[in-house]
Amino acid sequence: MSAASRDEMMTVAAARLLHDGDVCFVGIGLPSAACNLARLTHAPDIVLIYESGTIGSRPEVLPLSIGDGELAQTAACVVPLPQIFSDYLQAGRVDVGFLSAAQIDRFGNLNTTVIGHYERPHTRLPGAGGAPEIAAHAKQTFVMLKATPRSFVPALDFCTSAGFLDGHGARARSAGRGRGPCTVICDFGVLTPDPHSDELTLTALFADVVPEHVRAAIGWPLVVADHLDTIAAASAPELDALRALNARTQKAHAQPVRVPQ
Amino acid sequence: MRGAIERFIADGASVALEGFTHLIPFAAGHEMIRQGRRDLHLIRMTPDLIYDQMIGMGCVRKLTFSWGGNPGVGSLHRLRDAVEHHWPHPIELDEHSHAGMAAAYCAGAARLPFGVLRGYIGTDLPAQNPRIREVECPFTGERLAAVPALNPDVTVLHAQRADRAGNVALNGIVGAQREAALAATTLLVTVEEIVETLPAAMNAIVLPHWVVTTVVHCPGGAYPSYAHGYYERDNAFYQRWDGIARERGAFQSWMQRHVLDCADHRQFLHQLEAVKP
Repeated sequence: MSAASRDEMMTVAAARLLHDGDVCFVGIGLPSAACNLARLTHAPDIVLIYESGTIGSRPEVLPLSIGDGELAQTAACVVPLPQIFSDYLQAGRVDVGFLSAAQIDRFGNLNTTVIGHYERPHTRLPGAGGAPEIAAHAKQTFVMLKATPRSFVPALDFCTSAGFLDGHGARARSAGRGRGPCTVICDFGVLTPDPHSDELTLTALFADVVPEHVRAAIGWPLVVADHLDTIAAASAPELDALRALNARTQKAHAQPVRVPQ
Repeated sequence: MRGAIERFIADGASVALEGFTHLIPFAAGHEMIRQGRRDLHLIRMTPDLIYDQMIGMGCVRKLTFSWGGNPGVGSLHRLRDAVEHHWPHPIELDEHSHAGMAAAYCAGAARLPFGVLRGYIGTDLPAQNPRIREVECPFTGERLAAVPALNPDVTVLHAQRADRAGNVALNGIVGAQREAALAATTLLVTVEEIVETLPAAMNAIVLPHWVVTTVVHCPGGAYPSYAHGYYERDNAFYQRWDGIARERGAFQSWMQRHVLDCADHRQFLHQLEAVKP
């Protein structure tokens, strides 16, 4: 078996953070892969909620969109979208929310709106979607994002979703009910908030990485924990399950669909 | 379809073509493009490919939305070009989060002036959008986010079935369609099938005939989105759209050939099947 790619390492590391029975609000992409990998390995009773209104989805292949028929077909129930946001997310019935972004700052605040000025942006990004309220109300959030100086920035161009705000307890004093971005998984390892300052601190590395690699990829002076954990390499069963899931998914998405006549 | 769009969608109208990934009314949107509608205020949580097409074809003055990407693929290039380079002309944005827009539709359906949510906490969105404000709870004093009700002139939906009396039933992923439908002044629904009697589908959403303005029979009307029980989402088409929409010229020739040069949706589907790779 070939060595794990960076995407695979991130996905496996994220999957391991999930516990059986956790209620997860899932986004598309790596988070969806991580949640389904957890479901197919150590957490068969994890509850996956997609914002389109599907609760308890058990998709055979990963969805391309957040509302693929596969998600509804395999769900325990499908509810109207306003209910997902009001009665489940806002009401505090979600354990883990997964987020990604174009930019993150040292307090885990996220930008998915614009690069440049809002009025005349250099790059217009898709925008908020469910993220601001996932960031506020999930009991904790996990962020998955590859580290480059363009993505881990000293100051966001726009704050779409609040993490620890300005740090030092600012979030705990805000109206956000959840604990915020408790884990950030990048392609070098894991950052977690300092218990006093809330600043994201490097606490674990993938096996082949040294802190200098991470420092070079992060746009602010990175704080490194005194003790650094090493993240165990992806096991054969983890990689097998993930690769089989990705292979099924690619095949399904390339499948020609009959145009209705 | 032609007559319904001519009659109910005027230049300058506010129009919500709803459907969260599922049941997106593509056929109705294409007919608006064929008829050269201008200055529309389009409303949709996820603009998706249909609004990318309408924006690129110059139909749109203002967009109310909460997530403007091609799901699982990347950017909506025509939306980006309009915002970044004002092509084909500038577009005004009224930008929200999903939770905010859902609250605005719920308020609209109930004919309340605003929706309330514990939302937009710590974000820059309220600073950019004066329609996102705060209210104080009269009972606890808590500060909550408020968004004005959305009441489109016209909401357009695609549904699986209607009966001859005009009752409409949809099921599967139903997004915020019920709320968008009841929030509108006029409700236009395209359907896969017109049946004698609607099946008693448990948990299906039924829009009773007196809230539905008109029903148009339009099989395949959601393609390349999907209609659960009829046809699947064409994920490969969504992936191909990234290449089609990236450059203005390629986009315009695709729209000319596949939408403007087709008399109706039946022809659109027919020639698309013929040219499929």
